[in-house]
Amino acid sequence: MQIRSIEFKQRAAEALQDPILQRALNRARGGFVDKRAAAIADLPEFDALREDAARLKDHILDHLDYYLERYEQAVQRHGGRVHWARDAAEARRIVIDICRNAKARTVCKGKSMVSEEIGLNAALEAEGMEVVETDLGEYIIQLAGEPPSHIIAPAVHKTKDQISDLFRARHQRPRLTEVPDLVNEARQVLREKFFQADVGITGGNFLVAETGSSIIVTNEGNGDLTQTLARVHVVVSGIERVVPTLDDATLFLRLLARSATGQETETYTTISTGPRRFADVDGPTEYHVVLVDNGRAQMLGGRFRDMLRCIRCGACMNHCPVYSAIGGHAYGWVYPGPMGSVLTPLFAGLEAAYDLPNACTLNGRCETVCPVKIPLPDLLRELRHRQHDEGLTPAGERGLLRLWAFFAERPRWHERLSRLAARLLHFVGGAKGRIEKLPLTLGWTRARDMPAPSGKTFLEQWRARGRDDA
Amino acid sequence: MRDGRDAVLTAIRAALGRSANEANREVAPPARHVRPAVSDDLTERFQRKLESRAATVERLGSAHEVPGTVARYLQKWNMASRVVCAPSLAMLPWPKGSFDLHVGPARRDERVSITSCFAGVAETGSLVLLSTAATPTTLNFVPEHHLVVIRRDQIVRHFEDAWERLRRWNAENGMPRTVNVISGPSRTADIEQTIQLGAHGPRHVHVMIAEK
Ligand code: SF4
Repeated sequence: MQIRSIEFKQRAAEALQDPILQRALNRARGGFVDKRAAAIADLPEFDALREDAARLKDHILDHLDYYLERYEQAVQRHGGRVHWARDAAEARRIVIDICRNAKARTVCKGKSMVSEEIGLNAALEAEGMEVVETDLGEYIIQLAGEPPSHIIAPAVHKTKDQISDLFRARHQRPRLTEVPDLVNEARQVLREKFFQADVGITGGNFLVAETGSSIIVTNEGNGDLTQTLARVHVVVSGIERVVPTLDDATLFLRLLARSATGQETETYTTISTGPRRFADVDGPTEYHVVLVDNGRAQMLGGRFRDMLRCIRCGACMNHCPVYSAIGGHAYGWVYPGPMGSVLTPLFAGLEAAYDLPNACTLNGRCETVCPVKIPLPDLLRELRHRQHDEGLTPAGERGLLRLWAFFAERPRWHERLSRLAARLLHFVGGAKGRIEKLPLTLGWTRARDMPAPSGKTFLEQWRARGRDDA
Repeated sequence: MRDGRDAVLTAIRAALGRSANEANREVAPPARHVRPAVSDDLTERFQRKLESRAATVERLGSAHEVPGTVARYLQKWNMASRVVCAPSLAMLPWPKGSFDLHVGPARRDERVSITSCFAGVAETGSLVLLSTAATPTTLNFVPEHHLVVIRRDQIVRHFEDAWERLRRWNAENGMPRTVNVISGPSRTADIEQTIQLGAHGPRHVHVMIAEK
């Protein structure tokens, strides 16, 4: 998928002006946050679990080679095959080869962010295969020809009305307007596909070294129909997803459901190990796992290793004021919100995703809710430093920063200049006390007004106050 | 594919500052994790949690009451008489003629299935089912109504306890292709966060807890 993060400013501005998108975002905003808060209030051990989970992830990352090799051996013991992909192109080629060998015409898919990351659908379609997303949210955006706007709720930006129109146009059936009817129609259409599918592709939330299993969680059961009814089951997963044992997976599952959807557990947790056994009467006859590196090993060695702890729960975006205002598409790739603002520059380059780390307000809510305690604001700050060091910061801003540093080190000058600026801005603000356009910060003032200062600096007011109080 | 494997492992080891001959080192397993407190009446909690996730639950004296219970369930839903049954339950005293019982995996148009299960987890009200010749996986997902029989002594406190039982089972039988953990009927909230049951899997999950 083409990375469009370079257009962030423009697309964010458009998102703020889009009344339908704003309606959808408004509806979503409270839901995720309130449900998560209630689920966590119900579990006094939540913080202790977070501590354990962060520590366990660090242990796994310290021994990633060890656990991946143990995992591979266990998969092979149960008759499955493990494929290793250095990058997106290699991962696509491996999956295409598996599908070709299976003479696949229809491929059903469960939700998988890694498959979005490697652009799998387009590659399979270019081979003439029909690719069907079966998670309802993914199905909706596939019909609309759009990328996901949220890692847990990919169609969260769509209103019911838009989905009604989409289904009528694409299913060529009468227009439905009620949620149960829409869900039911998708169920009928996708049932056909499950039974037609030659290959079923799912993600892997966790890979268990102890048993050689891949684990997926869904609420719909689409991942299960996908992998049970097809002849071939392919798992596409990142190398950082391995865990030592089933008990370890359980620790993460307890955090994942609560952080993602505010549930104690999702409806279905499915642990898959190899192809169907000799005596089994259903299930796939082939089982493949594609382990995708695509930049992860490199992250392991540097300042951004903490990001590999991510379990893709989406809590950071649900609690991000910037994401809540503009939605996921403005971020320009498959991972939005705070986690996406760290990952996208690392995958796509500091320059191609320049605005993402800079859009952050550093309010810190993402770090507070992250179930594996990723210091997202620190990582975003580090990306800004690197952009600056690489000379990517725009000249105007660099000049301002240097100027600010000069005065910040010279308090007397700083105060004199602030006094001047406060009076100047007070004058510009005029009677309204609002400034609608400020040179050098057009992106910021386009969507909001800057309150003009009262005409006195903070220090002046503080001193005056101090005298009064004394 | 060999080169992809070596390249990825080499890159990981380089990032960790480790050489290939350290690959076979021993790694001390991580310590036991915190577990959520779970109250003592496991059966009561198991039932309550399942019901909170839109499943229905019935308590039976013994598994012999299952056929009669199934007949009543079908009547209540006013449903056609075909029921597909996991081979593991074929030995129950099914009455002749009251409904049409088939034993095996699910057909495409199946509406009602009945299966046994491997364990129940009180922590979250979850059923654990294994894919075996006697318990095919399609029965858990294709029909609209999934009826499950569980013995009271199969209910454990935490998931970790279920995995302990699974390890013992595996030692004898080998790891099954699929372990399904199921907590109520299928659901989705993908249209405007409105919860709707029966997205792809069963619309109804009915659990019968037998004392023995
Ligand atoms: S960064 Fe943390 S909060 Fe965000 S998706 Fe990953 S695990 Fe969840």
